[in-house]
Order: sequence, then C-alpha cells, then structure tokens
Amino acid sequence: MNIGRLIIREILFRKLSFALGVLSVLAAVGCLVGALASLRNHDRRTEQIIAAKQAETQEKMELLADDYRRITLKLGFNVLILPKDQKLSDLYADDYASKYMPEEYATRLAKSRVATINHILPSLQQKVKWPETGRTILLMGVRGEVYMRGAGQKPMLEPVQAGKIVLGSELHQSLKLKVGDKTRLMGHEFTVAKLNDERGTKDDITAWINLAEAQAMLGKAGQINGILALDCTCADARLPLIRAEIEKILPDTQVIEFASQAIARAETRNRASAEAVATIEREKQGRARLRSEREAFAAVLVPLVVLGCAVWIGFLALANVRERRGEIGVLRALGVRARQILWLFLGRAMVMGVVGTCLGYASGQAAIAGAEFNAPLLAAVLVGAPLLAALASWVPALLAAQQDPADILRQESEWTQSSNFATSRNISAVPTAWCGRWRASHCGLAQVSLWRCRGRAAAARRRC
Amino acid sequence: MAVQGPSGSGKTTLLMAAGVLMQPDSGAVVIAGEEPYKLSSEQRAGFRAAHIGFVFQQFHLVHYLNVLDNVLTAALALPAADAKERAHELIKRFGLANRAGHVPSELSTGERQRVALARALLNRPKLLLADEPTGNLDEENGRLVLDCLAGFAKEGGAVLLVTHDPKAAQVSHRALRMENGRLAAS
Repeated sequence: MNIGRLIIREILFRKLSFALGVLSVLAAVGCLVGALASLRNHDRRTEQIIAAKQAETQEKMELLADDYRRITLKLGFNVLILPKDQKLSDLYADDYASKYMPEEYATRLAKSRVATINHILPSLQQKVKWPETGRTILLMGVRGEVYMRGAGQKPMLEPVQAGKIVLGSELHQSLKLKVGDKTRLMGHEFTVAKLNDERGTKDDITAWINLAEAQAMLGKAGQINGILALDCTCADARLPLIRAEIEKILPDTQVIEFASQAIARAETRNRASAEAVATIEREKQGRARLRSEREAFAAVLVPLVVLGCAVWIGFLALANVRERRGEIGVLRALGVRARQILWLFLGRAMVMGVVGTCLGYASGQAAIAGAEFNAPLLAAVLVGAPLLAALASWVPALLAAQQDPADILRQESEWTQSSNFATSRNISAVPTAWCGRWRASHCGLAQVSLWRCRGRAAAARRRC
Repeated sequence: MAVQGPSGSGKTTLLMAAGVLMQPDSGAVVIAGEEPYKLSSEQRAGFRAAHIGFVFQQFHLVHYLNVLDNVLTAALALPAADAKERAHELIKRFGLANRAGHVPSELSTGERQRVALARALLNRPKLLLADEPTGNLDEENGRLVLDCLAGFAKEGGAVLLVTHDPKAAQVSHRALRMENGRLAAS
C-alpha cells in the first residue's frame, strides 16, 4: 500500500466528486486551448487571406500592366528621341522630323541598356505624295523592335515585313483596300498586311512599311528621324534623369517626352498599385483588429474560467477533506505523517488535473475546426493545470494535514455513541448506517449523498 | 490492563495520551523506554507507527478499501518489504482469508473488528490500545476479539483496554477504574 494506490482507490470510489473536479479542469483547459487554437486559426486564416489577396492583386496588376502596355501603344509614344538639331516647331507643324540621324543609334541605345526604357522602335517618317492615288500621306518605315534584353523579350510592335504595307483607317477605307490586296506606292508594289482601326489621329493617314524599304524609297539609307522609346517605367520626377541618360549615350539627340501620356500612365499604374497595397493593408488591419478583439475577449474569459474552476476545485477538495475526516484521523493515529496526508489530497488534485487536461485539450482542439496539434501547448497545460489544481487544493489539503487526530477520533466516537443510543431505543426509523455515521460506507459517494446523510442524521439526533 | 468507568470519566483521554495523540497537561508518558512527547510531531507519528496499535469501537476502516488494503494502511506509516505477506498472514489468522477482497460494507461487524485488529497488529506494535473493542459486537465476536487481545498479551505485547464490558475486564491482568478524570480504583 502506498499513497498513490490510496489515491486511485479513493478516486474510483468517489467517482462523481472526482468527475466534477475533472470537469472543472476540462472546462479551464478546454477554454484556454480553444481560445489559443482559435487565435492560431485566425492567424493562419489571415495568412491565407492575405496571400490570396496578394496573389489576386499580383495577377490583376499583371493584367493591368498588360492593358497599359496595349493602351500606351495605341495612344502613341512615350518618349521620342530626335536629332539634336531638329526644331520642335517644325516637327509639330509637319508632323514628322525633318532632320536625320544614323539608324545605328537605336542599336547603341539598346546595347546601353538604359534601365528606364523597355522598348526601342527606330523609325523613318516623312510626309509624301502617294503618286498612284494622288494622296498625301505619312510614310513610316519601321523595323520593329530593337531588343534590349535579347530575342526572348516580348515585342511591343511587330515589324512590317519587306513587301508588306500596313494602312491607317482613312487610307484603306477611301482606297477600298483589304488585307492581301496588292497596291503600288511610289513605284513599289506592296501587299496589304494589316488594316488599322480608326484612331482619330494622323495614324489614320499613315502607311507603315519596312524601314529598309522606306530608307531606299526616300533616299535615306541607314538613316532614321526618330526613335520611339516605349513603356518607360518613368514617373515625372525621373524624366529629367532619363533625358540625361539618353543624351549621354546619344549626345547628338534630344528627347521629347509625351508627358501627359507617360505621367498619366505612371500615375494610374502607381495609383492602382498603391490602391492594391492599401487594400491588402486594410485587410491586414481588419484581421488584426478582429484578432485583437478575440485576444481581449480571451484575456478576460480564460482567467475568469480558470479562477472559477480553481475555486470550484478548492471547494471540492474541502468537501473531500470533510468527507474523509474519520479516515484522516485513523490514518494519523496509525502513524501516517502529516505530509503524507497533504500529498494524499494534492496527489488527488494532480491526478484530477492530468485527466482534466487530457480531456480538456482534446475538447478544446475538437471545438475549433481545423485546429492543429500543438505539442508545446499540451506540455505546458499538462504541467500547469495539475499544478494549478494542486494549488487550488492546497488550503484544504493543509487543513487535512493539520487536523488533530485525537479530536477527530473523539468526535467520531461521541457521534457513534449518540447514534447507538438512539438506535437502541428504536427512536429513529432511519437506519444507523444513514444517520449514525454519515460518513460511513453508504454515504459519501457524492456530495448530494453527504447532505442527505447529514439531514437524516440531524433528524435522528433531534428525535433523540 | 482494562480501564473502566462511566462516560466522561477520562478513559478515552487516557487512551489518547497513551497513544501519543494527545499531550498530557502534566506528567510523562513513557513507552518502551522513550518519552514520545519529547519528540517532534513527525517523529511522534513515526513512533506511533512503530510501537502502538489502535483498535476502535467503531473500527474506523477505510470504507473504499478492501480487507487486505485496509490492513495494509498501517504500512503507509511504516513501509516494510514483508508487509503484504504479514497482512495475508494476519487475515488468515483472523479467519478472513475468504473475505480479503471485500469492502467493509460487505462484512459483518465482527469481521470488521477483526480487520481493525489485523491492521493494528501489522507493524508488530509493542502496545495495543483498544477503545471499547467489543462495544459493537455480539457475544461470540466479542469473545473472539478478547481472545485475540489476550493472545497478543501472551506473546509479550501490552494491551490497554477501555471497556464497559465486565467480561473484557475479567480477561485482563489488571483493571483500573476512572472517575472524573482520576484513577478511582486499581
């Protein structure tokens, strides 16, 4: 026989009292574990939501960027690089540059890899008479894109193949030309490759042909009169820097920026980007606020529940001590030390704590859908809850250990004698086992029984 | 030694004082050459476990333990390697071998008192204190208990017996009478 065995046997005997204690620990631990699991779930869900939001935003931004790219292409050019001696008044009056520069400039610019330019489109543009139709048109020779980042770069503008021609809307509509039709321009035969939609600009009277052919037709071999730099990642504050960069590489040039287009695009993009970031930030703040509310609620609820449970365990321990007064007295008379009595009750509380913790942890986890197993938390509550239960039982256990066995035995003896007296005179119809010794084996299964026994005992004593 | 006297004459108080449970206001208690009241509380508990056995009128068995475990509760205070064998031996000696697995509520009053007696003897005490051990028993069981006490005394143990039972007083070597807390006759 040892204290542990005595504890187990007593627990098995007073199952209801023990179960009530376990229930108490279960409630406290379940509440704590549930609250923490809920907060963990919240954090995990927040991460998922934010990640999904970021991915969605990223996707939208990519689509937006693509849209901008296309819109920008349709709108015109972002930056136009012209020969230095080109008068802008002439350019605006004639709709094309009258000065020329080497085509090699485009290659040089591409090789220099100016960080703020993504696409380089050299062109040769001139207002000409289309003698075969009697029209004045803008003839533009293009060679497509001069790649800055190798052939894998997505082209902004497809080149026009030799022998092909792309026509603005006014031209192909008035001349009734269709894709695949043959037409002659300045004595050269071209096949219509593409018909542009109406843009409401000079593009509507523009004919695009291959750059080399345009150079040959205009007698400007190896010459261009503009380089279109598209898709600049520039904002207004950086434009002077871009200009300086380009002019450093191509000193014989000047840079015109189509400010309204570039800035509008940059601002729109930046605003969209900022809005996306703000949306994510708002989501984060909302989730953080919700978490903080839950945390605050848990911070009040959990200590209250733990305190309530501790008080309840203390009360149960006190009832247990009172119920086992006779047992304590006889054990002490047999020579059992006070500290052993102390451990008898503390051990019971700790067993209660361990069982309650296991059940409480399982309940807390089960109550929160998707809660993950948390070994450190389980270890912490497995240590903490039994200690707390022992602490709650400390005062009753101390009272038990400090009880005077002589007093107990004397009172028990007097109690027995008075009940025997009543029984011998047949005063009480209540069985002795109920009223004479209310802590006898028929009583004590539960607090309810104890009270009932006490009531009957009191009734018997009154009759005596 | 039997102690007799009316209720409230101090018999139980004497028993408690002799049992190292209640320190007397004056005088000394010497058991086996030692004065236990000069020891600390914990040492006194050890002393009780080693030297004194108790038998009560109301048995004071632990009602959720079976006969064997009830007997073995004495080993909580003085653990011994042979405690279990000794418990079985005592249970057999008191005719409870077939009741070893029963709890007190399943036993007759005579059996309960024999269990209490076996528990008192487990640690081989030198002094056995019995408070009305036959008070709740019928004649046959009462005789059985008195025989056990007499047997213990014959084996060299000392028995201090508080009783109202004249038969119990008859089997003792010496009978004391107490009145109003004082020794009235010897």
